[in-house]
Amino acid sequence: MAVSQARVASRRLSNSLFVGFCYLVTGIALVALVAILWSLVIKGVGGLNLHVFTMSTPAPGSDGGLLNAIVGSLMLCLMAMVMCVTIGILAGTWLAEFSGDSLYGSVVRFLNDVLLSTPSILTGLFVWYLLVQPFHTFSGFAGGVALAIVASPVITRTTEEVLRLQPTSLRESGIALGAPFWHVIRHILWRAAGSGILTGALLAFARISGETAPLLFTALNNQFFSVDMRKPMANLPSVINQFALSAQDNWISLAWVAALLITVSVLAVTIIARAVSGEPRRS
Amino acid sequence: MTQAALDTAAPVAERRASPRGAAFERGFEILCFSAATMLLAALGGVLISLAIGGWPAFAKFGFGFLTTATWDPVEDVYGAAGPIVGTIITAALALLLAVPVAFGISFFLVELCPAFLRRSISTAVELLAGIPSIIYGMWGLFIFSPLFAKYLEIPLMTSAPQGSVMAALVQGTPNGSGILAASIILAIMILPFMAATLRELLLTVPPQVRESAYGLGATTQEVVMKVTLPYVRRGAIGAIMLGLGRALGETMAVTFIIGNSHNFPKGLFDSGSTIASTIANEFTEASTPMHTASLIALGLVLFLLTSIVLGLSRLMLRTSAKV
Repeated sequence: MAVSQARVASRRLSNSLFVGFCYLVTGIALVALVAILWSLVIKGVGGLNLHVFTMSTPAPGSDGGLLNAIVGSLMLCLMAMVMCVTIGILAGTWLAEFSGDSLYGSVVRFLNDVLLSTPSILTGLFVWYLLVQPFHTFSGFAGGVALAIVASPVITRTTEEVLRLQPTSLRESGIALGAPFWHVIRHILWRAAGSGILTGALLAFARISGETAPLLFTALNNQFFSVDMRKPMANLPSVINQFALSAQDNWISLAWVAALLITVSVLAVTIIARAVSGEPRRS
Repeated sequence: MTQAALDTAAPVAERRASPRGAAFERGFEILCFSAATMLLAALGGVLISLAIGGWPAFAKFGFGFLTTATWDPVEDVYGAAGPIVGTIITAALALLLAVPVAFGISFFLVELCPAFLRRSISTAVELLAGIPSIIYGMWGLFIFSPLFAKYLEIPLMTSAPQGSVMAALVQGTPNGSGILAASIILAIMILPFMAATLRELLLTVPPQVRESAYGLGATTQEVVMKVTLPYVRRGAIGAIMLGLGRALGETMAVTFIIGNSHNFPKGLFDSGSTIASTIANEFTEASTPMHTASLIALGLVLFLLTSIVLGLSRLMLRTSAKV
């Protein structure tokens, strides 16, 4: 009996240590999250004023804002989204509806997953090789392509997943009405899967809006306001990269504002995406 | 549909008009197929462009490119051992720090968390996973690194006895940036991502399995360690390797805080570099064609390294999802 008592006690003890550890690490992670957001808000809001949205990035020591970078970031992301939504939805549709059990289908699916997690700086190198070196100039266009390559696998994957969730009877009923299969896909399946695909697109947008590495050697940066896709284009992540590592106080403060803007928009888009997708059923 | 097939379907096919838009049926399939092929082309393009662009470096320095640590743009001699070792050390340290914490968080969320907090905490973890890496880098540079220098580096370095293992480990400059600081920032970055994946995996364990374990009188620790964790073992390894893949290729967060020197790091507080940070820092300012080629060759090394890790992890996650 005594032995069994000791055993119970030791199990209790090790269990409490384990539970304590779980509480502790979750606490630490939440503290880290709060610390990051807190310092962003404190440092970012301090530099926030109207000039941020009306003036372009300043020379060292003078007054300025982030207008060119905000517009540039929006244009790059918009262009990337147009490309990656087209390719992602079509490719996801092929994987879900046409690939069947083919070997090629599983190869594409597997390599899409690899592409999804390929370091984005390598995508930047590839696009540099493809679109910057031959034309001897960094360009907004190259930056958009690089971001599109980063985002396409995300949309492909979500599109395939949500299309596979649609019941077969949906496809059969469309075909039974005499509609060609591609009409069934466009008018029935894409609509039924619409909110899922939209979620995927929003998550992809959230992902590329803060991407820095692929823009370093493609869109580069531009101190002046420019909407010319053939020229280097300003963007928020590159501005942070340049300004945060500088010794100018007003540059560093603008970098914090840019960081705050990016984080707020990423978090907002992520939250919208979660709302659009509805609640996850399990929990 | 071929003409011959139409002919054999004779009378019915003749009377019935073919549906509107049916002619594009095949075209649509080809369109989708080409989109899927473009993804392959992108991945292939990355590999091929890195191989071609990096070839001059491999041709000139041979195997020595991977094993020597002289990175000298002035003499135009490049050896990548420093960044390669730096990449592996920081990723391994980050994993070492992040894995126990990620497991702890996911166990907490699945087994221990009060129901009313569960939603909000798991949302917070997922949001943390979405914050761009440059934000972590900035936070690391301005907020974390001064604290790290003041409260960890300087006390440890002054208190370490001369000549001990401890003193050897903590070598470096106590300025808040370096190998360990970068690893900690990396760990914070990959943590939420791994925790979210692990949580999803643990939720796939059928409730009956867990409940019967509790029913037998097992403690929470025993249920987790002996029942649910073994149940998702393969997937858990896959999730860890996915985190490793991220840590290997992470660029901005590391570039801000690792100190960027090409030598072998002497100790945990010494500055170093990773493959990605070296490329990010030097590529646009590369002075000679050989410098550019060497940087691209570094990119190829990173690509192969991450592809192997990611490929393995995806295979493990996939097989685990099927079973």
